This record gives sequence, structure tokens and C-alpha cells, in this order.
Amino acid sequence: MEFALDLSANKYADVPYEEKERLFKEMKSDERWPHVLYGCYECGICVASCPSARFYDFSPRIIAQAAAREDVDLLYTLMNDSVWDCSQCFSCDRCPRGNSPGQIITVMREVAVRNGLQSAKEALEGYGRIIYKIMSTGTQVSPDMLQPNAFPDWGGHVNEISEHLEVWRKALPPETLHTTETGWKVDEKTLIELYLIWHMTGVMDMIEQIDEGLYMILVDVMEERLEDAGYDVTFD
Amino acid sequence: MIHLPILKAADRKWETDPSQAPTHDLKDEIFQLEKEGEWIVQRVPEPYFEVKTKYGRIKKIPLEKTWHHKSCGQCGHIPGYSTSIFWLNRQFGLDYHDPTNQTSCTAWNYYASATSNPEAQAAVAIRNFASAYKTGYFPLIHCGTSFGHYKEVRHALVHQPELRRKVKKIMDRLGLPFVIPEEIVHYSEWVYAMRDRIAERQVVDMSHIVATVHPACHYHKLIEEDAIYSEEIYGAQRTAIVTGTLQALGVQVKDYSTWFDCCGFGFRHILVSRDFSRSFAVQRKIEVMKEEANPDVVVTHDTGCVTTLDQSQFAAKAHGKKVGVPVMSDSQMAALAMGAHPYKVLQLHWHNTNNKPFLEKLGIDWKKKWDEFEAECEKIRRGEKAYLTWEDADA
Ligand code: SF4
Ligand code: SF4
Repeated sequence: MEFALDLSANKYADVPYEEKERLFKEMKSDERWPHVLYGCYECGICVASCPSARFYDFSPRIIAQAAAREDVDLLYTLMNDSVWDCSQCFSCDRCPRGNSPGQIITVMREVAVRNGLQSAKEALEGYGRIIYKIMSTGTQVSPDMLQPNAFPDWGGHVNEISEHLEVWRKALPPETLHTTETGWKVDEKTLIELYLIWHMTGVMDMIEQIDEGLYMILVDVMEERLEDAGYDVTFD
Repeated sequence: MIHLPILKAADRKWETDPSQAPTHDLKDEIFQLEKEGEWIVQRVPEPYFEVKTKYGRIKKIPLEKTWHHKSCGQCGHIPGYSTSIFWLNRQFGLDYHDPTNQTSCTAWNYYASATSNPEAQAAVAIRNFASAYKTGYFPLIHCGTSFGHYKEVRHALVHQPELRRKVKKIMDRLGLPFVIPEEIVHYSEWVYAMRDRIAERQVVDMSHIVATVHPACHYHKLIEEDAIYSEEIYGAQRTAIVTGTLQALGVQVKDYSTWFDCCGFGFRHILVSRDFSRSFAVQRKIEVMKEEANPDVVVTHDTGCVTTLDQSQFAAKAHGKKVGVPVMSDSQMAALAMGAHPYKVLQLHWHNTNNKPFLEKLGIDWKKKWDEFEAECEKIRRGEKAYLTWEDADA
């Protein structure tokens, strides 16, 4: 029987151990690491409550074990081939050891993104439009995303919504909801503050690692708006 | 050998006792940090309700003067969800603020793509809290994920001085105060606290309705001790949220074996790996509910859960799966019970699964209601009115 998740270190044998160790050290030095990993009983309680474990060849126990044993090779494999299957539901927070396997995964994903791992780029393929929306408009989901080609498996009703979008948005009593490109009306000043947060926290560097095209579009949009508001800010 | 008293099951009383809590009360540290000048704590405005959380601690839920931290998924794709929350506030004549100086919590993106970091996430949260503080209104969080995420952020800020220092620096640069609310309150907690008042004004009988409840993961699994529990609901062994509200409305809430399972949303999955979301929502939730409880409606209290459980049923139907149960939020159910218009207020045309049989079972003439809504849309199309107003919604 062949398993989807190949846990033999051989798959990434060509990646130098030092590189794998460097990435592990980055995980371990994260301020959250000691708060989300205390060891592992290998009890499997996390797996029993994990939705992703039911549908993928995926196990939060294996991830917690690898992290607790500091198995650098295995963690590298999991960081590439497993962590993106997690649903981030945090059902595994019921771990009797006090771990949060879901948050161990969050940290591993961040390291993967910061280092521009190919597997992270692939996992986020098709996701760029969402990142663009949230980072540039301040609301993650907008009514105009409801297009039939984006949600074909949701049926004809998406078509109906997109056809009537303008009118149906106006037929909403709360005044803030008459928008189509954002979830609600967001102030200009609010956006400026959000862009300054992205600027000050290095988030844009992460985007650059993962999707250079998206990074350039975002930089254009943000720098222009910031300049109009009187800020001399560049993202380089 | 230690001899422990043997308790018979019948003698056991399930009472939550804060002195036995396995965690310490974060509020002590929150106020201590305020004393040390680290931040400002925004107090819950009076009058407030007092409810019990998992370990029997008291949580304050504001009645009014609430600052509505909207949800992008609700406002964008199922806007009757948030409209119903506002409608309920208006029906009770409560003072609230619907801000435009608010961003998403950005946690959906964070949990989906990891293209952010704790510092940015905390700064986004505190920026929103500062915006609320300046208006004098208290944050009421519409989204379950925002609620859970903000609790995680608060927890991290309390325990990580370095993170506090970084966020303080950002707030100083933005010229904003570093504010943390005394309580992080989810709107469904407000609905729960208001349940008896809502029931007093109920005009639609729901006693013949069977519902199943899906408690949102990010409500009761993230910082689990801060979720509402009640000895009267499942002996305080499971969160009382939504179930307590529905029972007050006379709805028969039926249990099912996969209640603890998530909905299948998955953050990145619902957008780019929807086969997982669809399969999980149908096979682990809707089909199990159908088989074990055969509900008229599924009621939940979070953005992603309503979306996933509702939208996933379309494709499953084509495969002959046991689906076809309408899904809505507790705010929509509460509004419906109080006589809200199913299209002008609940905006059910944004939902996917057929809800007309459910409306018929409640004695609501959906055809007439739809015609009323369509007539309003026609006026907008013809330019006779710019928008549907709150007055129109109740006309
Ligand atoms: S629940 Fe905790 S201790 Fe048990 S296997 Fe999972 S991570 Fe390890
Ligand atoms: S957070 Fe991830 S690992 Fe934990 S239960 Fe959910 S899907 Fe499984």
C-alpha cells in the first residue's frame, strides 16, 4: 500500500541537514514555541478530534512527536508535505499534555512562508487574490467575489447573486453594507493605518518570498495611497 | 493507599466552581498590567449581564453601547446574518455603533496562508480596539474566528512582554492608545444573554421545530475557558451557546454524535481545496444530523460554519447524499422568532439550501414576503429609492 505522505527522510535527502536544522532553529526560537509544545504522550487524542486526519494522510500526533523529539529531518518533510492539510480548527487544543498541535503548525507554516519554500508557494497557488483583498482593502471577503467561476460547486445561486449584486447590496438596511468591493465601507484613514501596520511588521517581506507578482502590485497600491496621505514610506 | 469517597452518579451535582479552575484568571493580569501603566483596559459599560463560563467564572456581557466589529464573511456573503444582529438591537431600542473605522481581524487569511505574524495580528486587533475605545462604545465581535483569535492575541499580549513592547511602539507611531477590552465578547453571547427578552417578544411559534446546533470551533476551543457554559444545558459539560438561545425560543434542540467536529471550513480549504470542506461538512455533519436528529434547521453562530454547512449541500445533493437542511445563524433565528422579514432582514436569498419548507412549517408565506422584497428591489432598480431603509424593513 502506498501512502500519500512519505515519511522517509530520503525524499529530501538532497537538502543539506544544516539547512533543515536552520529552519528548525527558526521554529524553535519563535516566542510561541514553548507555549504550544510541552512534549507528547503519543496518546492520539489530537488525531481523534482532527478533521484533516479523517480526509488526508495527516496526523497532528506525528507533527507534535517530531517537534518534541526535535527530529529535524522529519520536521522538514512535514513542513513541506503535511502542514498545509491542517484546517486550523484547534480541536487538538484538548491535548492532555497542554500542546496546541494546530499552533505548532501555524509556526511551521510561517517559517515555510518566510523562507519561500516551494511547497508553500504551491499550497498557496490560487490564493493570491485573497491576500490582495485583505491586505489592500481591509476586509477579507467581498460581495463581488461571489462569481460563478470562483464557486462552481455552489450551484446556480451564486450566479443569481452576482447578477443582482448591485441591487441586492442596496437592499440591505445597514448603511455600511452598500458596498460590492469590500465587506463593508472602510474609512480611508483606517486603510492608511493598516498599511502602516503591514509596513512596520515585515509582513510584506513574507509576501515577497511567496509571490513576487502579488508583492509588486500590493506595493504599488499601498505606496500610492500612503503618498497621497502624506507618508513617505517605501516597502523596499 | 488513599481512600477517596465513592460518589454514586445520582449524588453527583455538576456545578462549576471557579476555585477549582485549572487555569488562573487572566483578568487579574489584565488589570495588573493596567496598574503598571502598560495599557488601558476598556470597561464593560453598565448595565451588563453576568453569565458563567466553563469553570464557573463570571463574564460580563454589555446590554448596549456596543461597537459592532463586523465579520467580512458575514457582511460579504451572508449579510442577513449581521443585519439580523443590528435589527435585534434596534427592536429593543438599544444604542449601538456600526463603525467604518474597522478592518477585518485578518485571522482568516492568517489561518489560511500564514502570510502574517503575531506582531501584525496583534497590531490589527489593538488598532480596532483603539478605534472602539475612541467612540466610547464597547467591542461586540460578530465573527467566531475574530473572537477566538482576539482571545489568543490577548493571551499572548499578557504573557509575552516583548510582543507588548512591539505593539505599543506601533500604536505610538499610529498615534493611537494601547487599549484592551475588559472582556472579549461574541455577539452570540449577547443573543444568549438577551434570550429571555427575545422570547418575551416572540411572535412566531417554534415549538414544533427541531434544530441541531453546531458550536463553532473558534468559539469554544480557542481559550476554551472563556466560552459560556450552564448547568442547565448538558450539565455544563458542553457549551450552552446557541442551544440556550434556541431552547428559550421553544425550539427542540436535538443532539447528534459528531457535535464536536468542525464544519470543514478549513480557512484555506474553503477557498482553494473545497473538495475537503464539502466532504467533511456533508459526511461528518449534515448527513449525521439528518440520520440521528432529522432537523428542520441547523443553527450555528459563526461565519465560516454557516457558509460551509450551507453551501456544501448543493454538490452533495447531485450525488444523492442525505442533505437538504437549511442553515442559519442564531441571530437570524432570534429575529425570525420576533417577526423579522425573511428577505428584507434575514436576507435568506443569499443562502443556498432550500429554506422555503422551513418557512412554511413556521406558517410564513414566503411567496408573499419575496414579492414584498422584490417590489423594494424594483424601486431601487427604477431609481425611486436609493436604498432599503430600516423603516422599509419593518413596513
Ligand atoms: S494529544 Fe497531545 S500528547 Fe496526545 S498525541 Fe496529540 S500532541 Fe501528543
Ligand atoms: S488545528 Fe489542524 S491539527 Fe489541530 S485538529 Fe484542527 S485540523 Fe487537526
